[in-house]
Amino acid sequence: MKILVTAKRVEDPESKIKVKPDGSGIVQEGLKYKINPFDEIGVEEGLRLAAKHGGEVVVVSIGTKDVQEQLRHALAMGATRAVWVNHAGALDQLGIAALLQKVVEKEKPDLVVLGKQSIDDDQNQVGQYLAEFLGWGQATFASKVESLESEAEKNKVPAVALTADGKAVRVVREVDNGLATLEVQLPAVVTTDLRLNQPRYASLPGIMKAKSKPIEELTPEKLGVDVTPRIQVLKMSAPPARKAGIKVPDVATLVEKLHNEAKVV
Amino acid sequence: MPIVLIVAEQQPDGNLRKASLNAISAGKALADKAGAELHLVLLAKDPAKLAEELKGTGAKAVHTAAAPEFEHYLAETYAPAIAALAQELKADYVGMASTAQGKDLMPRVAARLKAAMATDVMAINGSGADVTFTRPMWAGNVFAEVKLTTPVKVFTVRATEFPAAATGQGAAEVKTFAAKVEASKTKFVDFKEVKSARPELTEARVVVSGGRGTKGDFKEIEALADELGAAVGASRAVCDAGWVPNDLQVGQTGKVVAPQLYIAAGISGAIQHLAGMKSSKTIVAINKDPEAPIFQVADYGLVEDLFKVLPALRQAIHGLK
Ligand SMILES: Cc1cc2nc3c(=O)[nH]c(=O)nc-3n(C[C@H](O)[C@H](O)[C@H](O)COP(=O)(O)OP(=O)(O)OC[C@H]3O[C@@H](n4cnc5c(N)ncnc54)[C@H](O)[C@@H]3O)c2cc1C
Ligand SMILES: Nc1ncnc2c1ncn2[C@@H]1O[C@H](COP(=O)(O)O)[C@@H](O)[C@H]1O
Repeated sequence: MKILVTAKRVEDPESKIKVKPDGSGIVQEGLKYKINPFDEIGVEEGLRLAAKHGGEVVVVSIGTKDVQEQLRHALAMGATRAVWVNHAGALDQLGIAALLQKVVEKEKPDLVVLGKQSIDDDQNQVGQYLAEFLGWGQATFASKVESLESEAEKNKVPAVALTADGKAVRVVREVDNGLATLEVQLPAVVTTDLRLNQPRYASLPGIMKAKSKPIEELTPEKLGVDVTPRIQVLKMSAPPARKAGIKVPDVATLVEKLHNEAKVV
Repeated sequence: MPIVLIVAEQQPDGNLRKASLNAISAGKALADKAGAELHLVLLAKDPAKLAEELKGTGAKAVHTAAAPEFEHYLAETYAPAIAALAQELKADYVGMASTAQGKDLMPRVAARLKAAMATDVMAINGSGADVTFTRPMWAGNVFAEVKLTTPVKVFTVRATEFPAAATGQGAAEVKTFAAKVEASKTKFVDFKEVKSARPELTEARVVVSGGRGTKGDFKEIEALADELGAAVGASRAVCDAGWVPNDLQVGQTGKVVAPQLYIAAGISGAIQHLAGMKSSKTIVAINKDPEAPIFQVADYGLVEDLFKVLPALRQAIHGLK
């Protein structure tokens, strides 16, 4: 099974994001960068599927030279090789999906696994755009019935299950009010939710090996894609601050405030 | 005249998903600003009943298509039908509530329409051709004003930011259209519903949420919720551990709620959690750690053991009645 996974470079989810005073972007100084957490879950799921069914995991990232760091991270986890689409300017989801479509057409994977959303843009779009561009089926928000503390999880069982004939995958999805299960014919697009798996740590030998794994360089020009953004971010601002609250000494005071001041109980 | 097309959503139980009404009022606001006409669309096995309900929301027309394939929602069968209608109407905007279905479906519709898309729209600004959307980025740490420059523009609406449209006004024309159902590569297998007697998390007036501090013991959270007629929520840590259903997760990647009262017990207040509840009217935090970041957004904070506080709080609230 050949599995293509994505690895977007994003700000560490623990970092404090501040908007520049002129609203033109966020303050970059002091920020750390990581692989998008949902994408790391995608890499893990790909590795589990490849371990179970044979095959390889190829990782793709789009961005400046810096994204090689995230590609190396995925390679250290166990991906076989990487594709880097070198592009420096702004990109939107349409552009990213169009680039990924070309990479998919070149690589011809059986399955593409992406994160459901990137934690910087929070758009939750690329996987669905890509599936439609390719004319493939999609299963977004992939999860599983077992918890992250289950035996299945400890044994690194892939939650995305290949059907007996090997022609489709069965995916449990997190949706409103419950879990929906779909069967999607391969090739297919899957996007990950948080509870799909707990990604492994890269081992020291893994990190060493990753250094010599190949990274192929492509560009939007080479792929023949016009990536001019069709989403213009005109201005960024900080969300309105909540007015400062108070600490109350005990339950009696709390209930008094909720009853007489906030009038909510 | 430009056209705004809003997609209404039918729940598996046959009822209208309430967030659709919030999306309809966002659609109205957009239509006013863009000088456009508001149309609605509903796909279902049998859309007649909900079409009656949607008729009174003040839209110009309600377009419905019936097909047995629409019984179980699939992006692959819904997207072509909605995109085809949008093309036929020459719709300029196509929107839907930011529900699980909205997030799954609308990018696929956008892809067919070669449209750029804004997710989780919180406000609509400007007028005419200069309409822009405000949407959150970085877990709500940043509000961005964005302009979509494709001829057709697609968006989803954060329901907490727009009022629910009333249903008793006006009588839209209900039109049926023949949707071509494409063969799907995807098969619906099943839907396991998490049933709860409590109010829906996203619609409740009061939400009581528990975090890792509960150590998985939700009895007091639930008892307080029941005393208040509230919904139960949770942090990611709690859902990941399998202590409560995933569907209760509040935050950047879970549900966004804005109740009159949000009570957070044993929740530290990570930015990803705050992203889902910061717009609540009144926030109460109960946490042993006086430094917990949740206190920075709480109107009333109590530094105490939640296992001591919750029973006392429940009794004191009961005593008010
Ligand atoms: C990509 C990504 C997406 C995420 N999305 C979400 C999301 O949507 N929603 C979400 O909630 N999180 C999300 N998270 C996780 C988030 O970063 C935090 O890890 C999580 O919210 C922590 O949950 P918690 O507050 O319950 O646990 P902890 O941070 O462990 O906090 C537990 C708190 O309980 C207190 N406590 C312990 N015992 C008691 C007691 N007896 N009485 C009172 N207080 C007590 C402690 O002082 C502590 O403050 C996301 C993270 C990532 C990386
Ligand atoms: N620059 C990028 N490089 C690689 N993958 C990306 C990039 N941008 C987005 N993606 C993928 O698309 C998913 C959804 O992103 P988004 O629609 O922007 O929220 C992410 O989780 C990634 O898997």
